[in-house]
Amino acid sequence: MGLLLAGAGWQSNWASVLGEPFMRNAFVAGSLVAVAAGLLGYFVVVRQGEFAAHALGHIGFPGATGAVLLGVSPLLGLGAFCVVGAVVIGLLGARANERATATGTVLAMATGLGILFASLATRTTSTVTNVLFGNLLAVTTGQLAVFAGFTALMALVLAVVGRPLMLASVAPEVAEAKGVPVRALGVVFLVLMGLLVTMAVQAVGTLLLFALVVTPPATALRLTARPSRVAMGSIAIGLVAVGGGLTLSTMLNLPPSFFIVAVSFLVWVVTLGATRRRFPSVEVAHDHDHHHC
Amino acid sequence: MSAPVALRDASVVLGDRTIWSHGTFELPAGSLTAVIGPNGSGKTTLLKMLLGLLPASSGTVQVFDLPPERGNTRIGYVPQHYTDHVGNAVRCRDLVRLGVSGTRWGLGTRAAEKADADAALAAVGATDVADRRLSQLSGGQQQRVAIAQALVGRPDLLLLDEPLANLDLRNQREVVDLLGQLTAHGVTVVVVVHDLNPLLPHLDGAVYLLDGHAHYGPVAEVVDAELLTHLYGTQVKVVRTAQGDLFTRGA
Repeated sequence: MGLLLAGAGWQSNWASVLGEPFMRNAFVAGSLVAVAAGLLGYFVVVRQGEFAAHALGHIGFPGATGAVLLGVSPLLGLGAFCVVGAVVIGLLGARANERATATGTVLAMATGLGILFASLATRTTSTVTNVLFGNLLAVTTGQLAVFAGFTALMALVLAVVGRPLMLASVAPEVAEAKGVPVRALGVVFLVLMGLLVTMAVQAVGTLLLFALVVTPPATALRLTARPSRVAMGSIAIGLVAVGGGLTLSTMLNLPPSFFIVAVSFLVWVVTLGATRRRFPSVEVAHDHDHHHC
Repeated sequence: MSAPVALRDASVVLGDRTIWSHGTFELPAGSLTAVIGPNGSGKTTLLKMLLGLLPASSGTVQVFDLPPERGNTRIGYVPQHYTDHVGNAVRCRDLVRLGVSGTRWGLGTRAAEKADADAALAAVGATDVADRRLSQLSGGQQQRVAIAQALVGRPDLLLLDEPLANLDLRNQREVVDLLGQLTAHGVTVVVVVHDLNPLLPHLDGAVYLLDGHAHYGPVAEVVDAELLTHLYGTQVKVVRTAQGDLFTRGA
């Protein structure tokens, strides 16, 4: 830690830096990501969307660098690739998960294209770093509006499809028999995931987005299985990660992505330790004590 | 009253393979019917056909005098171990509520839906585990909760796919007794099983899928050593104990 402090350089004026407009944007943008991740989080975990989150991050990468090559906003390219990628994964259904080799090969190709686009547009070294590792401090007010729109759209869609989506997620065969459009809901979920990934890439980058998209709801799920509480818990964890991460990064004058991921990781580890005994294996289920979870 | 399930010369073809054909039978209302046959003989296929998920390739299939259709609220369905991968993430109470509210768009759970879910949990004897996660329950309890989810819409026909798989004898008996109680209340129950024995105390008949044909027989006809030997391709004996209990065993 001493070495880190020495290398980083303690910012004695960190409190005033936190009040700067770019920092305010960063807080708001990060908070919106935390809220969006929490809203979708229960479904991400139950539907085993970790793979999709990972895949969409990779697919978005050439979108962002390609957009720079074409002279348009990287956010636009990122969003377009993520949403189109989400629809494709959704239409492939479970097969995308099963065909690990094919999917991995396609994702490697996507990342390769991302690097190619980046090197063709010579001025994009910073874009590559930003897309891979995120840069909340570079969020513009215009992007904030887009984030807010995405989050509102996500809340609206989930308010309408939430319950059938939940049935389709926990009991797909029952849902299908009951006439719930399981396949279509899967695509809707993945498109929302595409929007979320687009936002999360801006915050922590394609390589670290797991820490904001998957870790908070997965952590919350260890504390409660009620979907609304998983959402609230996930939002809280996300907000702590973003707020704590940005503050620490300002104090030490280092990029925020590491600290956001570190706080998220820390909360996960502590929760894991604290709830170890609350996840009994089958033996405990046989006796009839009534401890709640 | 006409039969809840009626097939007339029905057949099902998947790809270019005929799974079974010549399905002509009616299942009596309020009866407990087993569906038996070797692996791959089309037992689950029959359930999917009744649910409207697979069309008959020929002949007619009727459920309550209508062609099968997805979303038939008169049918409850318990698929085979569907809870495996999500058991950790869902409370029993929420899972059962979804049985009645999961098809409705929009926010909020209605009081009537909550009450129906509680009633279904009570009916299967799972009230005291309602707030636990599914994964924290024993296999028998999980199966009851799954049945509660299917019962919550008060179906007249209950379809279960291998509900006794991986259950010990006591749990098998409890689930079978529960199914027997349902038939006593007029629910028609159709159960895919590998082994007829646990069902025998309440069994009324069986659909047996044999040599690519779907037959139906009342219990006296089905529990027959020669038929079961043919069905499973291995020697089976039918034994009646001094107490009058009937069971089958591999010779």
